[in-house]
Amino acid sequence: MKLKTLGSQIVKKVAERPSTISVSASVLAIIAGLFVGFIVMLIINPGQAFAGLRSILFGPFSDMEGGRSLGNTIYYAVPIILTGLSVAFAFRTGLFNIGATGQLTIGAFVAVYIGVNWAFLGPLHWIVAVLGGMLAGAFWGSIPGILKAYRNVHEVVSSIMLNYIAMYTVTMLIKQTIFNATSARALAPETTARLPQWFLGDVFPRSSINIGIFIAMILVVITHIILNKTTFGYELKSVGFNRDASQYAGMSEKRNIILAMAISGGIAGVAGAVMFLVTGRFMSIENHLMAEGFTGIAISLLGLSSPIGVFLAGLFYGALEIGGFYLQRTTNFVPQIIEIIIAVIIYFSALSLFLQKFVANFLSKRLKKEVQISEGSDVL
Amino acid sequence: MAFVIEMLNITKEFPGIKANDDVTLQLKQGEIHALLGENGAGKSTLMSVLFGLYQPEQGIIKVRDKEVVIKNPNDANDLGIGMVHQHFKLVHNFTVTENIVLGYEDTKKGFLQLDNARKRIKELSEQYKLRVDPDALIENISVGQQQRVEILKMLYRDSEILIFDEPTAVLTPQEIQELMKIMKRLVSEGKSIILITHKLNEIKAIADRCTILRKGKYIDTVEVKSTSNEVLAEKMVGRKISFGVEKTPAKPKETILKVEEVSITDYITQKIVVKNVCFEVKRGEILTIAGIEGNGQTELIHGITGLKPLTKGKVILKEQDITALSIRQKSLSGISHIPEDRQKHGLVLEYSLENNLILQNYFTTQFQNRGFFKFDNIRDHAEKLIERFDIRSGKGPLSQVRSMSGGNQQKAIVGREIDRNNDLLIAVQPTRGLDVGAIEFIHKQLIQERDQGKAVLLISLELDEVMNLSDRILVMYEGEIVGEFDPQKTTENELGLYMSGSKRGKQQ
Ligand SMILES: Nc1ncnc2c1ncn2[C@@H]1O[C@H](COP(=O)(O)OP(=O)(O)OP(=O)(O)O)[C@@H](O)[C@H]1O
Ligand SMILES: [Mg+2]
Repeated sequence: MKLKTLGSQIVKKVAERPSTISVSASVLAIIAGLFVGFIVMLIINPGQAFAGLRSILFGPFSDMEGGRSLGNTIYYAVPIILTGLSVAFAFRTGLFNIGATGQLTIGAFVAVYIGVNWAFLGPLHWIVAVLGGMLAGAFWGSIPGILKAYRNVHEVVSSIMLNYIAMYTVTMLIKQTIFNATSARALAPETTARLPQWFLGDVFPRSSINIGIFIAMILVVITHIILNKTTFGYELKSVGFNRDASQYAGMSEKRNIILAMAISGGIAGVAGAVMFLVTGRFMSIENHLMAEGFTGIAISLLGLSSPIGVFLAGLFYGALEIGGFYLQRTTNFVPQIIEIIIAVIIYFSALSLFLQKFVANFLSKRLKKEVQISEGSDVL
Repeated sequence: MAFVIEMLNITKEFPGIKANDDVTLQLKQGEIHALLGENGAGKSTLMSVLFGLYQPEQGIIKVRDKEVVIKNPNDANDLGIGMVHQHFKLVHNFTVTENIVLGYEDTKKGFLQLDNARKRIKELSEQYKLRVDPDALIENISVGQQQRVEILKMLYRDSEILIFDEPTAVLTPQEIQELMKIMKRLVSEGKSIILITHKLNEIKAIADRCTILRKGKYIDTVEVKSTSNEVLAEKMVGRKISFGVEKTPAKPKETILKVEEVSITDYITQKIVVKNVCFEVKRGEILTIAGIEGNGQTELIHGITGLKPLTKGKVILKEQDITALSIRQKSLSGISHIPEDRQKHGLVLEYSLENNLILQNYFTTQFQNRGFFKFDNIRDHAEKLIERFDIRSGKGPLSQVRSMSGGNQQKAIVGREIDRNNDLLIAVQPTRGLDVGAIEFIHKQLIQERDQGKAVLLISLELDEVMNLSDRILVMYEGEIVGEFDPQKTTENELGLYMSGSKRGKQQ
């Protein structure tokens, strides 16, 4: 008896937490996406729909021989975790960094450039290349920051434009510096510049996994600490929430805006480095914006702009990608189903405030008490 | 007489607090019904329930004897209920007309039809003598006019029951007089009004009946005519309140703040808003700058604290020229500042209470070590201030400030600034929106600060407060100091003449 009241009290406590509501909104978005994907499969080919759903859900465990699919899940997840983290960090400080793709492109170029040319660095080679990518991304990200701080140019506008500038500049630079004329693409980085696998190669043999996942984890932890435990994060968030009050409190809003954008850009730059400091992936000279930057926005939404949430959402994304890969192997569905699912999830996470209201109303009725939606800030 | 609105046994609970606990309020046709209660007593919440913003857990609402469920503000509109909120809800770069029709637009083949609306707004504005220009942009009109736009919004929607949540807190005495006239006109045209205010003489002046809440509970409903201010106040706080302020004569010592020939030109309008202002505030005195809102007081304070650059002049604090220092350095050299606009400058609404209480000193070693917060100290600090300044909220240090009642937001800022223990305390309308109990408490605190040897610079629009608290009074008119007065030797009337520009003396 006692146990039961205790239990229901815990349930009540949990239900009253703002984070519960936001997390359930994300889970609802995922369920909605999978549901729509399932319906589409039912329409196209009812006989295989269940098999299709299974292979999407259990994609990461499809090829358990040596955990190959699991390793690849992580491999696919890493760049998305990083771009998601980049967008989320900016978002938490009140900035909408829609330019992650540009920062990523610049970061990737610098990383690959170092990877191709600076082999003399020996064992430090890949580290320097990643750091180079990070600095380049940070530089590119700070431009909209500076424009916003000093000229009040909205960061959405300037960072979108910088995406194109980054794309064309990098195409030009590749052609001039690290061009592989025979294959019409960038040269591959030296093996010393490629991210090592360390013991991960033994844990997930035959998969492409590398230590990028550790880099992502470190950055997740660092951003989490900055945002939640430090005076620096407190300032960044204050400026984002209320510029006037931050000025009143003597914070330097300009400096904070620029730093926030630089950090966000730096993380996107690392994403670029991690994507291309590998075997078998080359920077292309076709002018297209890299999708990872935009997917990062969706992942940031789904992860509730919290570093840990983004980490989980990014892994989930990797799992879906792998699911799509095995989907076409085990059934005759095209992998575009996955794109549909992801698109629906994105739509629903964009509607997350709406879903949160929905959950909040539901809980209010059950608990007979108003519950609050948190303002996208200190969740998780 | 029949009731137009009956709210019976309403209970509304938030995490950690019962904002309304079995509250009943009955509004008669054609009356002005005051709703009185301490900060956080649940007045705004009760009205939000009536306006459909919150659903009560218990209790029923009847409109003209019919039981209704009000799910959202649209339902409330349909039932003829309109509300002017404590913090206005207008779109700043829209015109008056556009704001009024928002959500209620006339369209023809999908195109907006504003002409009829404009005409109707003009008529209404004339009928009730609101004097609002339908084509003005919201950002260009005064707070008083913005409020009249909110009133027009209700009239435009044919509301019969009008809710005013602390309408006078942001108005000048003149605007308050005008608003009261408007309200009387509204009732004489058959509307019924619920008025929330902390000012007992306003209730006395225009309300017919008054319902009193205390800590979410219903206390009483009284006829205003036959109830004295003292009784109202006692019912509201549950103890006797002293209205006068007790204080000994000031013992001014050395000069703390010296303002020398300060002028400020507004960056956007290029108008000179502060002209050659000079004054001194001494240790152990309360110097008040009185004046009607918009005569340069705001800019002057922003100039002293660094929020606005000076075009000319010097600010000297404890014999050190601080004119060129940054806001942070000024604050650290010994200035506490209770800002005029609590939601704009004073608080980060998204942060918790405890995070707001460290807004001015989060970087000191008390709260951080090498950039990492000392969370225990932050919590202790918050608990100390909550206790000392009686800051009430649902979840204590962890309450999100946005969810706190207006008066308790104000108490949080006052507490934070007084606790910083600086030699100069600048208090701009420190008691705006506070209940009489809290005002009494803040006044005592300011006097105590003075007696402990602080210099207090007070900016106030309330003549009561000016007369009761000050040791010296300066009157500011059109950016200039037009007179200095000893509160013992002047009258509210004389001050009023100087404040309105009818009379002026030479500068000190
Ligand atoms: N959305 C909300 N979430 C949580 N608590 C709330 C919310 N709104 C109000 N409260 C709490 O309910 C109580 C009553 O608040 P309310 O705003 O009704 O007070 P009030 O009587 O209007 O006070 P004031 O005179 O200061 O405006 C307060 O303790 C407040 O913290
Ligand atoms: Mg209120």
